[in-house]
Amino acid sequence: MAGRERLTNPPLMNRGVPKIVGRPGPTAYHRLNPLTKATLATITAVAAVVLGGLVGPVVLVLVAVIGPATVAGVLLRLIRTALLLSLPIAISAFLVNLFFFPGGEQVLLRIGPITATAEGLAFALEILARIVAISGAVTLFYLTTPPADLVVDLERRGVSPRIGFVANASVQTVPAMVERAMQITAAQRARGLDTEGSLWRRVRGIVPIVGPVILGSIAEVEERTMALEARGFARPGRRTLLWSPPDSVFQSALRWGLLVALLALIVARVTGVWA
Amino acid sequence: MTLTLQAVGYRYAGADQPSLLEIDLELRDGEVVGVAGASEAGKTTLCLVASGLAPRTVGGRIRGTILLDGENVDAWPMHRLSGRIAMGFQNPSTQLSQVTGTVFEEVAFGPMNFGLPHDDVVARTWQALHTLRIDDLAERNPQRLSGGQQQLVAMAGLLALRPSHLVLDEPTAQLDPAGTRLVADAIAALAADGASILVAEQKTDLLAEVAIRMVVLAEGRVVLQGPAADVLDDARLIELGVSAPSAVRLRRAAEAAGIDPERLRD
Repeated sequence: MAGRERLTNPPLMNRGVPKIVGRPGPTAYHRLNPLTKATLATITAVAAVVLGGLVGPVVLVLVAVIGPATVAGVLLRLIRTALLLSLPIAISAFLVNLFFFPGGEQVLLRIGPITATAEGLAFALEILARIVAISGAVTLFYLTTPPADLVVDLERRGVSPRIGFVANASVQTVPAMVERAMQITAAQRARGLDTEGSLWRRVRGIVPIVGPVILGSIAEVEERTMALEARGFARPGRRTLLWSPPDSVFQSALRWGLLVALLALIVARVTGVWA
Repeated sequence: MTLTLQAVGYRYAGADQPSLLEIDLELRDGEVVGVAGASEAGKTTLCLVASGLAPRTVGGRIRGTILLDGENVDAWPMHRLSGRIAMGFQNPSTQLSQVTGTVFEEVAFGPMNFGLPHDDVVARTWQALHTLRIDDLAERNPQRLSGGQQQLVAMAGLLALRPSHLVLDEPTAQLDPAGTRLVADAIAALAADGASILVAEQKTDLLAEVAIRMVVLAEGRVVLQGPAADVLDDARLIELGVSAPSAVRLRRAAEAAGIDPERLRD
């Protein structure tokens, strides 16, 4: 980088990176390498689907979700977040399978033309267990890993910073948009917009809020892109990293071991070795 | 180190009319050039063109020649230019990368992109924070700062790049007088260190303080230029939609009231 090399103050050189940057997490699970946690979450989610049945996913939830979440001290937050994440799809999948399972014979309940069967209930529970395993694994990763940590780790391993940036910015954009929506809501209410009262009034109140939130975000994209370009983000080559999450041979072996085990499981299921 | 615009014109993609016409401008070492003008006069466009973002990132069509230290930059990619010319925008929130958890990382973002040695990145970052007196914000989340603080963080991010040329589009738009003072000091420090700086500003008080030369734009053309003190004292400023600095207005008011302006100094 050509440019001026003056404007320096020698005493400032020795201050180093602030301790808060890359500060280790509070528990042993938090302190695992982000890629290890991402691998655990991915393998738990995929294995829950591949295993099928009820016992396999339930064991996975206990061993790979509830156990680590307890160690990490995030069990209650995990339950709350996972429920918020999966409840709509879990309820609809459960009800559809309970009442519309094809070929069910053992009737449990009849409501008008629809019938809940024991076979439908068993299958609905299996689907529910998979959804719980997937949402639990994803939520555990989200609650114990700052997105920036994963991005830094992937970048250290040679992944393009652009890919990491897009993933990280997408996650970070959500709270920014929520904040913008709150500001616009307050501004619109100050100008007499009614966002309380009946459901219809609330729905009508959303329209003048959603427009500015979305259009404002789109308008900012161009300036944000320019600001990134002006700070050399498009420059080819490796970036300097201020820190990188620690890794170990054991964690590396664990990741590969889990991956091999998952592949073996898939092969066993596909070939019928494990029915 | 000189940034030269020769007969530069620029038209945004899809626009009927050009936004800049026949601009001749030279930014020399250690020189601060102020840009003033009414809204839509072309100040932001001039900043985008001078920094190279227009047309590289913005699109549109450019005419004329831009020389950086005598070399035509027409074929330079943006990342090559951004190593020499930095640009600051008026909206602080869009200047933050949104992917950093601390102000320190945000300020270090630019130097990191250029792959500078780790210790150099750290030293530049602390230096930039120190110059703007925001060392104490280093561990704060940049998204949780006020608009004025974010503007200073964005400015620190530019200082950390240590550019040869700096283009600032209304850098104090969201700052209180104390913040404006810090930015003025930072501009002066950079210029004293040899950087050339182009500042587009509505606040002519700031320009009166930092600019050596001034250009005033109207409808995309340079309509007034010269030493900052002369341009800012020009009676035509008001017709061009630019208010004179408060010192000039005070002097004129004193003269109109029959008071000797020299007595005001005392």
